[in-house]
Amino acid sequence: MDPQLTLYLIQALNGLQLGLLMFLLAAGLTLTFGIMDLVNLAHGSLYMMGAYFAATFISLTDSFLLGALLALIASLVLGIAVEVIVMRRLYRRDHLDHVLATFGLILFFNELVRAFWGPAGLTIAVPSWLAHSVQLMPGVIYSAYRLAIIAVGLLVALFLAWLVTRTRTGMWIRAGASNRTMIGALGVNVQLLFTLVFGLGSVLAALAGLMAAPIVTVQIGMGDNILILAFVIIVIGGIGSIKGAFIAAMTVGMIDTFGRAFLPELLKLFLSNSAASTAAPALSSMMIYLLMAGILVWRPTGLFGARS
Amino acid sequence: MKIKMLAAASALALLSAPAVAQDKAVKIGFITTLSGPQAIIGNDMKNSVELALDHLGRKMGGLPVEVIYEDDSFKPDVGKQKSEKLVQQDKVNFVSGYIWSNVLLASLKSVTDDGDTILVGANAGPSQIAGELCNKNFFTTSWQNDQTTMAMGEKLNKAGVKKVYLMAPNYAAGKDMLAGVRRSYKGEVMGEDLTKWPDQLDFSAELAKIQAAKPDAVFVFYPGAAGVQFLTQYSQAGLKGKIPLYTAFTIDATTLPQQKDLALGVLGAQTWVNDLPNDANKKFVADFKKKHGTYPSFYGQQSYDAIMLINSAVVGLKGDLSNKDKIRAELKKANFTSTRGPFKFNTNNFPIQNVYIQETVKDSDGNLTLKTVETIMTDFKDPYHEKCPMK
Repeated sequence: MDPQLTLYLIQALNGLQLGLLMFLLAAGLTLTFGIMDLVNLAHGSLYMMGAYFAATFISLTDSFLLGALLALIASLVLGIAVEVIVMRRLYRRDHLDHVLATFGLILFFNELVRAFWGPAGLTIAVPSWLAHSVQLMPGVIYSAYRLAIIAVGLLVALFLAWLVTRTRTGMWIRAGASNRTMIGALGVNVQLLFTLVFGLGSVLAALAGLMAAPIVTVQIGMGDNILILAFVIIVIGGIGSIKGAFIAAMTVGMIDTFGRAFLPELLKLFLSNSAASTAAPALSSMMIYLLMAGILVWRPTGLFGARS
Repeated sequence: MKIKMLAAASALALLSAPAVAQDKAVKIGFITTLSGPQAIIGNDMKNSVELALDHLGRKMGGLPVEVIYEDDSFKPDVGKQKSEKLVQQDKVNFVSGYIWSNVLLASLKSVTDDGDTILVGANAGPSQIAGELCNKNFFTTSWQNDQTTMAMGEKLNKAGVKKVYLMAPNYAAGKDMLAGVRRSYKGEVMGEDLTKWPDQLDFSAELAKIQAAKPDAVFVFYPGAAGVQFLTQYSQAGLKGKIPLYTAFTIDATTLPQQKDLALGVLGAQTWVNDLPNDANKKFVADFKKKHGTYPSFYGQQSYDAIMLINSAVVGLKGDLSNKDKIRAELKKANFTSTRGPFKFNTNNFPIQNVYIQETVKDSDGNLTLKTVETIMTDFKDPYHEKCPMK
């Protein structure tokens, strides 16, 4: 197989894997923003807590799957607790109060982790049954663990699509994203729906965090940078739309990966070597923001936004 | 004879009297990273400073020593702020530490332009400060970034590597490190990737390019926690064992507990390795292990040397720190026994020193540690000293 084509294929897989990870994070964010009209900056903290829970449970149980499952349950409980204790008091307030309160939560969780797990960070080893690489096609060798992330991400995406389009809960969610007051008037238990959506969002964030953990390390503030990307994704996709979040996450994942991979070579065509390799990382991290700006000019509510 | 000695002793006592009369302490500010994942480096440096103070009996030239540790949070702006605090509020005599080149570059002027404070760096060695920005108030007990990787370039030549691929983070040190390899390496550089620092932790896109380029060897610089992530992903991508990996500052005593066997067989260039056979080093390593149960890292060793260098100047001046010119002259003599053996200052106040190639091995207790395999450079000077106007 042509080596250049192989490289494109592997980079596409890398982009897909990054995109799916981002989708898990963005899905919860877009639901809470769209349905509950809540700006939740602390979504990244739930991502971090998922990773810390997983690191702890995996070392306790000596099993990746069991540890991950326990971590997801713990994150669900944590998410519901945060909703009941903090978020419930914020719904009637304006966005600035949301930002202040959830920013406070970020600081709270970062300090909590520092006090409980220490400042140094933890590592999760890739489970031994995934710690190898797989030959997908002649010449296309790919990490089994990253393939597993792709598989889990796609399964969750399918589950969410089914949940949102085929179930009664999903109907409420879609209705809530379009007109919150109306579904309350129609007799849907909005309180319960909110708790459910927030809990679901927390589990998705935790899943993203624990799957990313063996690649990056588990550390304080690991969710803070990635949260910004997640916000870009939900703005591009349209707030409240799972479909939008999926398409935007894929686009962002691909652009980020291909930008990092091919921009240096592209820039070298008309810049000096050192200027190109310095400018390329900066430019590639700018590209997604340029995309967001472009899309907002074209469609102010994002690709699939229910409302502005 | 006895009378003569007595006279000399009383003369000495008279000489040092002004300093003692001031009843002052030697105040040292120490900037390092004490929070976040890179805190493993900061703690190692702090432990080594404390060990140096233990060895000195917590006194320099008869004066008590006070060290104030500050956390730069791995951010240049915070590092600069903390440096200003140490200089203006705490009025320290020396500021030491600095892991990161970008933090040091941001803080340099706040310390050296004060006029009363001298900076004794213990790690970062950006090319700017070795060259055009060189400063009479700046000394370092580490190295200049390019110095180490130029040695690695030489090693690549010796190993017969024809085509190499380079990777480093996109900040001051990363650029210096790769420039150093390019300076001495004679083969072909197939590709070079600078990754976003410090928030890019996933190197999948870059590793895929390496896989496609099929170089003879890969050289990387990923310090601290990033080195753990890089080695893990290099192995996950199936490159370990296929393409030999050469490094600088990527594998050390702070990262080995997490890198484990992934570090075996990976060579690195370093100006100090824990097994260097000189007495000062044997004492440092043995006492560090006794106190903390682990091997010290090069970060710790350089911090230990920084305290010993400061001590040599304070002792040389018998505790009288009132004249900055004299302090600078004393420091410049490097009149201390470095744990790395031969140590001299060049015109730009960066060390002239040997560079070694290290390899990861298991010690007699089965713990991973680093071993010197080759002295690749002897009395090696960094290439920027010619640009430094100081003589």
